[in-house]
Amino acid sequence: MTDPPLVVARGLTKRFGDFVAVDGIDFEVERGEAFGLLGPNGAGKSSTMRMIATVSPPSAGTLQVLGHDPATDGPTIRAQLGVVPQQDNLDLELTVRDNLWVYGRYFDMPRATLRGRIDELLEFAQLGERANHMVEPLSGGMKRRLTIARALINEPVLLLLDEPTTGLDPQARHVLWDRLYRLRRAGTTLVITTHYMEEAEQLCDRLVVMDKGRVVAMGTPQALITEHSTREVLELRFGDDAEQAVAVGKIVDLADRLEELPDRVLLYTDDADRALGTVHDRGVRPDSALSRRSSLEDVFLRLTGRTLVDE
Amino acid sequence: MNAGALRVVEVEARAYRRTWRGSVFSSLLAPLLYLLAMGVGLGTLVDRGPQTDALAGLDYVAFLAPALLTASSMQTAASEATWPVMAGIKWRGTYAAALSTPVRVGELVAGLAMWNTVRVLMTAMAFGIVGVLLGAIDAGRLPALVGVALLVGAATSAPLLAYTASVKDAPGLSHLYRYGIVPAFLFSGTFFPVDQLPDWASVVAAVVPLWHGVELARYAALGLPPAWHPVAHGGVLLGWAAAGAALATGRFRRRMTP
Repeated sequence: MTDPPLVVARGLTKRFGDFVAVDGIDFEVERGEAFGLLGPNGAGKSSTMRMIATVSPPSAGTLQVLGHDPATDGPTIRAQLGVVPQQDNLDLELTVRDNLWVYGRYFDMPRATLRGRIDELLEFAQLGERANHMVEPLSGGMKRRLTIARALINEPVLLLLDEPTTGLDPQARHVLWDRLYRLRRAGTTLVITTHYMEEAEQLCDRLVVMDKGRVVAMGTPQALITEHSTREVLELRFGDDAEQAVAVGKIVDLADRLEELPDRVLLYTDDADRALGTVHDRGVRPDSALSRRSSLEDVFLRLTGRTLVDE
Repeated sequence: MNAGALRVVEVEARAYRRTWRGSVFSSLLAPLLYLLAMGVGLGTLVDRGPQTDALAGLDYVAFLAPALLTASSMQTAASEATWPVMAGIKWRGTYAAALSTPVRVGELVAGLAMWNTVRVLMTAMAFGIVGVLLGAIDAGRLPALVGVALLVGAATSAPLLAYTASVKDAPGLSHLYRYGIVPAFLFSGTFFPVDQLPDWASVVAAVVPLWHGVELARYAALGLPPAWHPVAHGGVLLGWAAAGAALATGRFRRRMTP
């Protein structure tokens, strides 16, 4: 027997007036996995997350979290949940340590237990030296780590991370990813929303691709790429639209699939270098050419006709 | 229900620890300044003026002090139920953090109301001590007076918690102060009896919690017979508190867990 899933959604729907934010989605989150909700802004990821977090009642469909119904057992579920919201909501008027303290007290943790737990978490979040500093002047990366540490205070079974690294610089992002790896290895189940395909590839065992409130694909990052894209991609940039249009006419047969974006042309092929050789042989001279492996970005483009990150 | 509410009170108290010195100082300074300026300064003129029975034969400062204690309590209840609550709901998001723990919306609201009561108690006690030291309030009658202040606090904070959860942002709170709190403070019989105003003013005053509080405060502190039966005044205040409490949780739920 395998463990029952920690989250089960069937036909899950969220409406705000006439607007349908989440449009009848199905998914399951298994114990111990890192599960991703990938999609652009407005895809319905955060609304889904808030329903799982039991702070937004579903409009239709069924949802089970940790074996309970969020509508009736919110407090029981939340007692075993860690929540990292999209926007940090730390108490800026308190110190780093006091932020952990008051949050732990909301969980009714005994003071003695809480003291030890806070020291562990300060170390985990690499904030030990800042323990007695106010939160306000901390860097974005530090605040984010503190928010994650706070979400771990109750040793949650399931940790929900809504856009955990949005707005962080690359270095802070990597520090944070490293912390999340550790959690995953220690057996914490993660649900992560992101619109960074790199983050999804780095962190998620399995993910759903969302667009306009619907699930458009589900699987491991590698399986999604294999299924919906070619092995490699050749990216070509041209001086202007007219030049691009002429070039596309000459090379359209070189790839399994060709995507024209406003600023570049993508050729989907299993051998990008060979395709580039042929491009040159035909007298086409792009301003720049890049051959790379396919990513989830390409999967998303294929499935929705749009790019993930607004550029 | 209560466990979560107590956690909320504990967290509010912990945040208050950072600013309590300044807060206590200003709670003591405000009544001192008011009683000196209005009670003694202005009062000297009033007491020398043509005698009317409007003040029931009292010194102006004695007439003023219990009512002003109550009015200050209303102000504390109002300010604690507006700006910091909007910060928790919107500007800082700290209530969303609380509600991602086992704390329920109803417990959050109950906890905020309880903390508000603690703050009103502090204001009333500070004012009472200054009033007693200045000889403007009878120490023996202070407990009853503080009880009235707590009742006015509840009649103010519960509806205002619902109000704050219902308005979008700061402008809604500014309007409340401009058209609600400040006029109530000035025209509820604190500084002069309402019957000095046109007749319609006393009709308006009968709706305002503070007027009932002021009537009860002079009854508690001076034995002055109130306009209505004391139980009726108390009933109106309890009615405001109960109606506000009934509304507040629903308003918070709509705002915080859409």
